[in-house]
Amino acid sequence: MTVVSRADLLAILPELLVMTGGCLLLVLDPLTPPHRKEWLTYLSLATLGAAFVADYWFIGAFTGAPRPAFSGLYVLDAYGTFWKLLLIGISALTVLLAKAHLKLEEIDLPEFYALILLSLSGMMVMVSGADLLVIYLGLELMSLCLYVMAGFKRYELRPLEAAAKYFILGSFSSGILLYGISLLFGRTGSTTLAGIREGIAGLPAGDPILMVAMSLLVVGFGFKVAAVPFHMWTPDVYEGSPTSVTAYMAVASKAASFAAFVRVFLGALGGLKEDWQLLLVAISVATMILGNVVAIVQTNIKRMLAYSSIAHAGYALIGLAVADAFGTASVMLYLAIYAFMNLGAFTVVTMLRRGGLEGDEIDDYTGLAKRNKWAALVMLLFMISLAGIPPTGGFIAKFYIFMAAVGADMTSLAVLAVIFAAVSAYFYLRVVMVMYMRDPGEAVGTPGYGVRVVASPATIAVLLVASAAVLILGIFPDPLVKAAQSAILPLK
Amino acid sequence: MTDIILNTTPLPHLLTLLILLPLAGVAMMAFVKEETAVKHVAFWTAALEFILSLPLYLWFDPATHRMQFGEVVQWISIPPVRYAVGIDGISLWLVLLTTLLMPICVVCSWTAITSRVREFMITLLVMETTLVGVFCSLNFVLFYVFWEAMLIPMYLLIGVWGGPHRIYAAIKFFLYTLAGSLLLLVSIIVLYFQGGHTFDILVLSRAHYGETLQAWLFWAFFIAFAVKVPMFPFHTWLPDAHVEAPTAGSVILASILLKMGAYGFLRFSLPMLPDAVGRFKPVILALSVIAILYGAYMALAQSDFKKLIAYSSVSHMGFVTLGIFVLNTQGVEGALLQMLNHGITTGGLFLCVGLIYERTHSRILADNGGLSKPMPRYATCLVILALSSLGLPGTNSFIGEFLVLVGSFLYSKAIAVVAALGVILAAVYLLWMVQRVAFGATTEKTARVTDLNWCEMSTLAPLIVLVFWIGVFPNPFLKPMHASIAHVFTTMARGEQAHSTLDLPRPPQTPSHPPAPTPPRRSLFPAHPPAPSLPRQALGPLDASLPVGALNTVPSVLP
Repeated sequence: MTVVSRADLLAILPELLVMTGGCLLLVLDPLTPPHRKEWLTYLSLATLGAAFVADYWFIGAFTGAPRPAFSGLYVLDAYGTFWKLLLIGISALTVLLAKAHLKLEEIDLPEFYALILLSLSGMMVMVSGADLLVIYLGLELMSLCLYVMAGFKRYELRPLEAAAKYFILGSFSSGILLYGISLLFGRTGSTTLAGIREGIAGLPAGDPILMVAMSLLVVGFGFKVAAVPFHMWTPDVYEGSPTSVTAYMAVASKAASFAAFVRVFLGALGGLKEDWQLLLVAISVATMILGNVVAIVQTNIKRMLAYSSIAHAGYALIGLAVADAFGTASVMLYLAIYAFMNLGAFTVVTMLRRGGLEGDEIDDYTGLAKRNKWAALVMLLFMISLAGIPPTGGFIAKFYIFMAAVGADMTSLAVLAVIFAAVSAYFYLRVVMVMYMRDPGEAVGTPGYGVRVVASPATIAVLLVASAAVLILGIFPDPLVKAAQSAILPLK
Repeated sequence: MTDIILNTTPLPHLLTLLILLPLAGVAMMAFVKEETAVKHVAFWTAALEFILSLPLYLWFDPATHRMQFGEVVQWISIPPVRYAVGIDGISLWLVLLTTLLMPICVVCSWTAITSRVREFMITLLVMETTLVGVFCSLNFVLFYVFWEAMLIPMYLLIGVWGGPHRIYAAIKFFLYTLAGSLLLLVSIIVLYFQGGHTFDILVLSRAHYGETLQAWLFWAFFIAFAVKVPMFPFHTWLPDAHVEAPTAGSVILASILLKMGAYGFLRFSLPMLPDAVGRFKPVILALSVIAILYGAYMALAQSDFKKLIAYSSVSHMGFVTLGIFVLNTQGVEGALLQMLNHGITTGGLFLCVGLIYERTHSRILADNGGLSKPMPRYATCLVILALSSLGLPGTNSFIGEFLVLVGSFLYSKAIAVVAALGVILAAVYLLWMVQRVAFGATTEKTARVTDLNWCEMSTLAPLIVLVFWIGVFPNPFLKPMHASIAHVFTTMARGEQAHSTLDLPRPPQTPSHPPAPTPPRRSLFPAHPPAPSLPRQALGPLDASLPVGALNTVPSVLP
């Protein structure tokens, strides 16, 4: 019988803060008069701020050796802290974005912020878990909140369809992941990452059950990061969910899943590297090809961004597939930069209104530069960053992924990746083209007719942060590079 | 860093200043409201940039091949990427060409651009930053950042302010160049790992690479640079982009952007991959000759003024790549001078097209006849520039093309003869163009046009001065090149020296024909300093039939 020590609780202080904040919001919601509901948004922001401070200054996990907690079920290390800081930052931006967006969509309920905080706590558990079951718990907590958030516009058909689809397919993939975990437990006798690593070392190479277990884990995580062929849910769910939720899914949930993906595969399954490397390379190539090619024919910007997010998962997977320290750092860098540019792009999407609806067709962007040059300018920035063109963060992200691939003698993979990066430029620049090179429609039924841009202080703040991050990381990436390099997993 | 002479001139951070000044102009535009004020800010920024770039020439030390006005700062720690800038005799003229043409581009857009003036001027200035950056970068990643960043302003310039088919042309331009340059990115990373874990261009130029690797890198570089030049099979984006782009866009495209490709060959392919260059140069030479003839033939068939100049660019840039890949001093110096000439002359011709389009709103040659009567000043400028473009002695292109032809003659008489046909064809299509536009009867569109005003004259005047200056007195322009180009050959020969020190068994060198008796040492230009004499052996594979000493003299077979 182990007693939870003070050190254990201190190790999960940020998680505790976020969870408490989430629960507090739920309790306070009925007690708050309607005209004071805004305070709950500020409370959630304050919680995130406190968690950020706790993570960054109080625990000081960025330096020093990894500290296991809860008898080795949990670990406090620089790797987890890097991701947690990123996730907290993304959540704060999402809260700001949602504050403006939910009001426009008339679904501004405080539960939403509670759900963000609770799913964030799930992600934080996920990125710091040192045990497959703990990671699984975090993943489920994150997913359950996201299922609810996807169906937050509960009076409309499409969001409900998206939520149901996400829920069913998500549960299915969680089941597969759990099956993989149980097979690993059956073969190695442990569910902790360290225990599995030792167990695998004692088994002969090419053990069939291990292979099956490893493949099942790839399926489970592949679903969460939206890698081909487990991506089917992505376009529908991204299109149907409220855009602020889509942004959160595309950015935070993907980052957290990648964090756990890397930790599990390099930490626990490092001994099977030769086996999963090829599998991941194949998945990554398929993901890049499908994501980038199918994105070309999309007419809805949310679907286009969904396929683009699939394609970006393919690039990030390269960093995992090379399976070395530099690769890990490049995955971290990639997702950190990707978070800002994608969140920024989705924020612009929420700002366009056509009638009472969101202007989410690419046609709605026609002539945006003439209607609102600032919105068009930041969208231009996010698009060229997503396409990976300097001097934006997107270039730095891709540069490091290519460095990792070439450094690991996977030059042909890098060549394939750049070819599809060129393909991707086509659909990102199409948005730039309609914004800048066409005139907004003047008559009913013409593209761009009746579109207006609704900006609020909250969205402007998000856009400022995101565009500054994209530009600064593109020109002075060194601080982030150093942070990622110092936070890589201790590879054994 | 013995290769870089740090900037110790009275102007600290001169190159960084030149790179950042246009951006400062962009920032300043946020504070002015009126369109006229925006134009003034743009013009004075560009003019100040030009004035600040003049010290580069005045303080340039032509005696050394080392990079001058250098600045080196750590930029990214892992992998080590440094912000390193500096210029040598190869990049000097390209930087000056850029800074000279930018104010001209601002002035020529003064009345031509009526919509979104502020955005247009911002685009121009951002472009200037990236162009100067490309030519100054001494770090491969830095180079790539500028090289790629240039695409966005150019894409907008064509796509927003262009002609009726501008969107098609802009996307075509963008995708062609992006696809080419992304392979360059992978090559840069491969070089990093093979060349000693550095992105330093000068260090990478000294490393040795295996033969297979060189071949791969050569073709990857080739695609990136050949698209930009553009060389023959990759040129199809050029006529579209030129025809649709606004005048300033065409001028930048023709005068500076195309030079980036040739600069790439000269700065990277030659010094870094000498073996592959030696092996594949016949292919490049063949493509260059095809480009010369094909571009000229296409130019002959055009009825559109701008398309004619665009195809003539393909032909002229063929001379540049030809000169680079014949791999001798005359050829390369001629190519470099020809890059400068083409920037001046073709830039001027595109200005002429723009001036006439503003008046008649037609670029069709048949619509613009007999301009010498209503517009004598315009016709004079047009004739001068056309004669310069066809290489009339006394104008700049004569010197450049002559040197290139001398170089190719030394390499192979057949190539020189075929390439010289291009000069003849150039005379045909340019004189025919002049005849149709400047002379003959006026059409209804041209009957009542007004002649150039002083402002328009001022855009053409500096170019025409340069046409004659280079044509009559080319030495100041050639002098800074000598040391740098000689150094390119020294760098290329390093592999051979390494071989010889290893004392590997090598097949005896049998020249294809016995070396001609040493020609009388008659220097083409009197003030030509003697190039460092290279060891015979080092030259062997590059130019087996070339006697030592022929590198900086002209054989007597030429007039």
